[in-house]
Amino acid sequence: MPERQKILLVDDDQDLLDLYQQILAQMPSQPEIVTAGNGARAVTLLEAEPFAMLICDLRMPRMDGLQVLAIVRRKYPQLRTVVLTSVLDEEFRSRAYAIGVDLFWLKPANERDVRLFIECLESLLNREAQTGFRGLQNKSLVDIIQLECLSQNSLVLRITNGPLTGKIWIQNGEVIDATAEDLAGEIAFKGILTWKTGSFESLPADPEHPRAIQKSYNALLLETVQAIDESHGSTEGAEFHGQIESAEALPLTMLTRLDGAEFALVAEADAAGHADSRGLENPERTTAWARQTLQRFTALADRIHAGQLQQVDCLGAQRHASIARHGETILCMGWNNHLSAEEIRERTRKALIQWAS
Amino acid sequence: MGFLSFKSKSAANLLRLPAGCFTVDSGGKIVASTLPQSFPAPLVQEIATHILATFRDAAAAQLPLTEVIVRFASLKITAREMHGGAIIFLAPHTLASNQN
Repeated sequence: MPERQKILLVDDDQDLLDLYQQILAQMPSQPEIVTAGNGARAVTLLEAEPFAMLICDLRMPRMDGLQVLAIVRRKYPQLRTVVLTSVLDEEFRSRAYAIGVDLFWLKPANERDVRLFIECLESLLNREAQTGFRGLQNKSLVDIIQLECLSQNSLVLRITNGPLTGKIWIQNGEVIDATAEDLAGEIAFKGILTWKTGSFESLPADPEHPRAIQKSYNALLLETVQAIDESHGSTEGAEFHGQIESAEALPLTMLTRLDGAEFALVAEADAAGHADSRGLENPERTTAWARQTLQRFTALADRIHAGQLQQVDCLGAQRHASIARHGETILCMGWNNHLSAEEIRERTRKALIQWAS
Repeated sequence: MGFLSFKSKSAANLLRLPAGCFTVDSGGKIVASTLPQSFPAPLVQEIATHILATFRDAAAAQLPLTEVIVRFASLKITAREMHGGAIIFLAPHTLASNQN
């Protein structure tokens, strides 16, 4: 008999906890419900035993729901999180989603709301069970696309690679379109396949989506894999012919060739970690500044619950600079000072995509 | 209808992200502010401290800056350097504004 999944319910009102327990008891999968009267208790319980889902109120004394969720999202990224609140406010909904909650739900006011709420929770729990099939997660993206196409499936694959997201539309076993940032079609598909790591999610099929890629999936995958192999081969060739740049350093040099770029610096976020740069006269100081800046604003984001730090853009009289993060890596770019703040923002995003690829 | 609405909470209010601006002098003292008073003063001070440190450390790294824009998922902070101090603008954004 499969083990019952556990849901942790957090609210400072005991009457509401009792009521929600009764409501959740109607869920078809009959999960075990554990309750906590405050955020601190919830965090303690999460440390003590594994849960499949956390349902949290927003308005609580001492540690409010956003604080609890910020801690939980960081410490338990696999945990499904749901906000259940009476706070009807766009700002808090937006902030909760910025923290990364899976569902923001107003406290149900009638039987229909209760039924919908239960259906959504059940769906979230099932999704957790499905993505728990770790063997599939370890497949390459090419394998996953091949599997879906061979099975003649129709779905939309959403692929996330750090701050980058892409989508691939598969209809009746054929790849019909892709998007990645501001790219679309075949170019986007090839771009996504160059990403080295990431996670994916299967979304429902979108049969109305227009077909932008006409090639068969086999031809498309073959071309893309060949192009990736050739690019690796050319890198190896560069090494063979005695060029100074190592295979890892070439992408960094390519970043400095972006329009308006003056320097490129890539460093591990950890102060003791490795750093490399092109076009910088004093890389040690700039690396230290980039690390400190990212560290202090990441900490500030946690303190004021402003969601994830996305980017820091800096304008100077001599040159501009920008800092962004990709996993545990910091990318710091120097830009010509004729660029506007918006141009820096866009070009840094492109640089990050290029680096991630 | 409304069978769950018999409960209304009087618990602590959630902290709103503030919209407005404030100025800080080169010593880190908040000079003037249009931020709502509900936003805690220590957090305003913390923002100011981080911004001034960013300007100062950038100058030390031979990268003198006039403006810093910090983009969070729910908030944008824009800081302009002013004689060692700064004027700092805070603008929260919502899901609707993110889509624009």
